[in-house]
Amino acid sequence: MMTAADQGLMVCRTCGALCRRVRSTLQTRCPRCFGAARFRKRDSIGRTWAFLIAALILYIPANVLPVTETRTVFGAQQDTIMSGVVLFWTTGSPFIAAVVFAASVMIPIVKGIALALLTITAQRRSRWRPQQRAKLYRLIERIGRWSMLDVFVVAIVVALVHIRSIATIYAGPGAAAFGAVVVLTMLASKSFDPRLIWDPVETSHDFGKSR
Amino acid sequence: MTHRLIACEECDVLHRRIVLNAGCVAHCTRCGAELFRSRTFHIDTVLALTLGSLMVFVIANAFPIVTLEMKGARNGSTLFGAIVTLCREGRPIISGLVSATTILFPLTELMIRLYLFIPLRQGRLPARFHFFARVMQTIRPWGMIEVFLLGVLVSLVKLSSTASILPGVALWAFAALTLLLAAILMFDPRHLWDLAEELAGSPA
Repeated sequence: MMTAADQGLMVCRTCGALCRRVRSTLQTRCPRCFGAARFRKRDSIGRTWAFLIAALILYIPANVLPVTETRTVFGAQQDTIMSGVVLFWTTGSPFIAAVVFAASVMIPIVKGIALALLTITAQRRSRWRPQQRAKLYRLIERIGRWSMLDVFVVAIVVALVHIRSIATIYAGPGAAAFGAVVVLTMLASKSFDPRLIWDPVETSHDFGKSR
Repeated sequence: MTHRLIACEECDVLHRRIVLNAGCVAHCTRCGAELFRSRTFHIDTVLALTLGSLMVFVIANAFPIVTLEMKGARNGSTLFGAIVTLCREGRPIISGLVSATTILFPLTELMIRLYLFIPLRQGRLPARFHFFARVMQTIRPWGMIEVFLLGVLVSLVKLSSTASILPGVALWAFAALTLLLAAILMFDPRHLWDLAEELAGSPA
């Protein structure tokens, strides 16, 4: 196997064209689409950590602060993400409870841990199970967007339950924090360059490449 | 020479490009990432799907998604209505997030697609093709119509225990839109660049 890097080529991130790498530069303009072609994503590890840490910090208010506040004639009730899941479970919709739990609790946690693992191993130039790590990266890239579910649920519920004198639901500060967590983890996984998983892995020894 | 080669976008391994049978997808031999898809879609198909999506998009936004009935009082809401309500209640962040992911980005993507494909179909390269194609690819992951649809369904279950729910036209429109957008996504964006290159002959 031969990599583009071995051959002095860079891949354009927009159109996939191969661009010749001019001596020491890590960036060039793609001749086909005029977009930027970079050797590797810019500051991949630093940016991934930055977004990830920001997401981790916001994860606390996202779970502690109420996402919705329900005001009825009988009084007010505040709900966090977790209490919303519990409510689904106790009111006889275990399936919906599972869907919401997966999207709002499990996916952000799994994604955060997985990205931290990927970044640490890439940083240490680890050669540990690159194939599995590549698969893990593709998985978190695909599932991340579904965490947005709770933000949409809040938006719809707030718009619908707006009947004065009977019941009104307001959006709480937790919803904005949660939305920010989702966006930040998406940005984090987009900043991570999966090619860093493979860079330490020997490729061309069977080609007899001379350094 | 470099045109017959393709590098895996996820692990950088070079592959020789081959012509795929219809409906086939090429995967990287080292990491398993998708390399490219066969050019199954005719440009007319993509254009038709895009036009269809735009029409359904209008329906989905013009009519209420659901109507809630509680003790004689009725309240229906469109997607736009929900965004306005959130903004008025002092939740601009959620309001912005929802409007961007369900209206702004999907609509922009569809409009750009239309702008690119109509001239391409007539054999012309639209002005600022590269810029718009790049924008389209950047905003694509941020359109979340399908997640929104699931969100609507979850809210329906959530509210059905306390009020009666009447699904509206827009709910079905969103379901149709999800299917149409999924079909459009089958078109490999890499072919857009190939098409443009064929038209331009040489990089202009």
